[in-house]
Amino acid sequence: MTRKKQRLYFIGLGMLALGGATALVLTAIGDNLLYFYSPTDLTEREVAPGQRFRLGGLVEEGSVDKDGETIRFVVTDMVHTVPVTYTGILPDLFREGQGVVTEGQLDMNGLFTAASVLAKHDENYMPPEVADALKKSGHWEEGVAGAEAAAKAPGNAEPSSH
Amino acid sequence: MIPEIGHYALALGLCVALVQAIVPMVGAHRNNLALMELARPASVALFLTIGVAFAALTHSFIVSDFSVSNVFQNSHTDKPLLYKISGVWGNHEGSLLLWILILAVFSLAVALFGRNLPPQLRARALAMQAMITVGFLLFILFTSNPFERIDPAPLNGRGLNPLLQDPGLAFHPPMLYLGYVGFSMAFSFAIAALIEGRVDAAWARWVRPWTLVAWVFLTLGIALGSWWAYYELGWGGWWYWDPVENASFIPWLSGTALLHSAIVVEKRDTLKSWTILLAIITFSLSLLGTFLVRSGVLTSVHAFATDPTRGVFILLLLAITVVGSLSLYAWRAPQLKSGGVFSPISREGSLLLNNVLLSTASATVLLGTLYPLFADVLNLGKVSVGPPFFNAVFVPLMVPMILVMAVGPMLAWKRGDAYGAARRLWLALVAAAGVFVATYILAGGSWIDVGAAFGMGIGAWLLLGTLVEWAERVHLFRASPTTTIKRAAGLPRAAYGMTLAHAGTAILVMGVVGNTAWKTESIQVMAPGDVVEIGGVSYLFEGAERVEGPNYQAIQGRFHLRDGDGGLIATMEPEKRRYSDPPMATSEAAIQTDGVTDFYAVIGDPSPEDGPGAYVTRFYHEPFVPFLWYGTLLMGLGGIVSLTDRRHRVGAPTRSRSRVAAPGAPAEAAATPHAR
Repeated sequence: MTRKKQRLYFIGLGMLALGGATALVLTAIGDNLLYFYSPTDLTEREVAPGQRFRLGGLVEEGSVDKDGETIRFVVTDMVHTVPVTYTGILPDLFREGQGVVTEGQLDMNGLFTAASVLAKHDENYMPPEVADALKKSGHWEEGVAGAEAAAKAPGNAEPSSH
Repeated sequence: MIPEIGHYALALGLCVALVQAIVPMVGAHRNNLALMELARPASVALFLTIGVAFAALTHSFIVSDFSVSNVFQNSHTDKPLLYKISGVWGNHEGSLLLWILILAVFSLAVALFGRNLPPQLRARALAMQAMITVGFLLFILFTSNPFERIDPAPLNGRGLNPLLQDPGLAFHPPMLYLGYVGFSMAFSFAIAALIEGRVDAAWARWVRPWTLVAWVFLTLGIALGSWWAYYELGWGGWWYWDPVENASFIPWLSGTALLHSAIVVEKRDTLKSWTILLAIITFSLSLLGTFLVRSGVLTSVHAFATDPTRGVFILLLLAITVVGSLSLYAWRAPQLKSGGVFSPISREGSLLLNNVLLSTASATVLLGTLYPLFADVLNLGKVSVGPPFFNAVFVPLMVPMILVMAVGPMLAWKRGDAYGAARRLWLALVAAAGVFVATYILAGGSWIDVGAAFGMGIGAWLLLGTLVEWAERVHLFRASPTTTIKRAAGLPRAAYGMTLAHAGTAILVMGVVGNTAWKTESIQVMAPGDVVEIGGVSYLFEGAERVEGPNYQAIQGRFHLRDGDGGLIATMEPEKRRYSDPPMATSEAAIQTDGVTDFYAVIGDPSPEDGPGAYVTRFYHEPFVPFLWYGTLLMGLGGIVSLTDRRHRVGAPTRSRSRVAAPGAPAEAAATPHAR
């Protein structure tokens, strides 16, 4: 094998990998992108029932209703709301008044059926999309997460919501 | 006082690092040995200053000095000692300090053990290490001072996030960082070699053990994180293709490629500029991983509250590193002389294929991870890329790699004999086909199981192929048993390292495939006395009661796990805990394993409307999950065994021969192992 042939082989292999990867990525990314919508986004655009997407906002105060393993709650961006139903065990940090991101689809009546509710590892954490959605709807008060943190100052223990 | 000493030590460390970054570089350029030699005492001094700073912060955590803001934010007097200590790196500032400490440890190791390195290479590599340290020290001093005081000092701290109060996670960040930072060594040596314009087998022999160390830590670190997610989050999942997980996986993929291409440089003196490029890319990806985790630009299920302004600083650091090193590469790499030619079917050819596939995989995972960022910047809407994308691109790239992985080690260097290799692998092929058919039939023979059976089949192919390769090397059954034993004892440790790591990969593949295909779950409300059957076993709910922990309250459920014949396997007690500082709830799953399958029980919220004492419960039947841990442990063990190879022994690769030659003077040899 000469040096020239070897170089051709390298280039061929590289092109093959590049082409293969591009083909894989292009076929896979079209079907597997999940869009993020806030409740306001849903009023502004038509999202077909059955299309999978992520819905995010705050869990409306007083909206959580547990019926065995099925939980109903309302996601709000303080302007519009969307009712959500979810079957399963909620993440430990799920709480009324806090940010939430759920993944699922709308049914014909506008009820969002969540297949998963994303867990968080930190109660001060606010998903960036939710923060943006709240800012857009004009209800971002110096960060809801910031207010949460302030409530945690020593001697001001946060009352448990459960 | 002690926090101020720590802060002062950091500032002092910055000065030392600046000196170490500049003087030896100038010395190497002017060929001035005195200036070059300064790098070694400077490394020791740098390690001492950073060590003092780290010790000062650890001390503040242990004595719960809440006048230090960082301790107040992340610790509490009620916390067990282990978590007070792990609290040091359980936060942004402390984890950065740990990062710098590890950088300093690696520099120190080169300074102490690198006496037989060419002085110029050593001086330049150490100067490069110091430059990275300067960047991170500026970062910590200007944006994330861990020693900031608050006045007046609060009476108690806010406590560490309870999810992090876990032995698995106490050691996860240090392991991961040892991996990330370890790749800085390969990077510094690559830059030094580029400046010098020479890459040879000796260079590769130096870079490989460092890469191997980094790789072992990163492998075990990722496995530890995955294990933690599996048992702590109560979801029974071990991998979500989440941005934070990908951030550690991308450098792992390119680091694995680097590990293999360095072999080609060492043995065959070719693929040199590619290896240099990989070293640069791998470390850049490690920096990118830190950026992604620390900046919070991506939505992640593992995300913690973060400060975006800090992200900008890391991004800047990343940009300087990438642009600077790639410019240097573009300028100098063409001067590297390329080595011998080889045929596509050869050991080099298969290692090259491994590199192409691993780097392509790394690039596609990177693309999927960053795509939401691009889409956001380009106003294409807010999107996320989920597991289906990653599975669809990653699996097709890994299948050919695993198929070739069994054949590659059987091929000779330069020009391999594909027919001969195939003939020796017939046993593995037959066995793999057997596993494929058996799995297909056992799983029920539906079309869906074909993919899973194929996956188990290629896992078996790799496992058996690896064992056949070892058997060939020791002439198993072909020579007398004594010859075999003699040959087995004479094999280099690096060969055993490869056998172990490849076998570990095979077991990991089987674990991943088996669990993905046959995992089942069941969610329901159970009243005391109810029985649920799943995966051939049954769970009887006895009831739940309140229990008190050291810094939490919990609801503890009791389940009797019985096998198909009704025999009691175990009593399982999952908990739902409520911590007081900070106020937060966690689920503690109960996991019972038989070595092949895990039985996983979670207790949820009470459901009084379904009867007294009723609770939401969740069970997972998790086949083959233990294989994931066996596989990754074997891979790590393979790396460690390979590291003990005489050729790679950090310190004196050239001296080992004289030590063997002079068995009469072991004391002398041991006393001067690092002498020049």
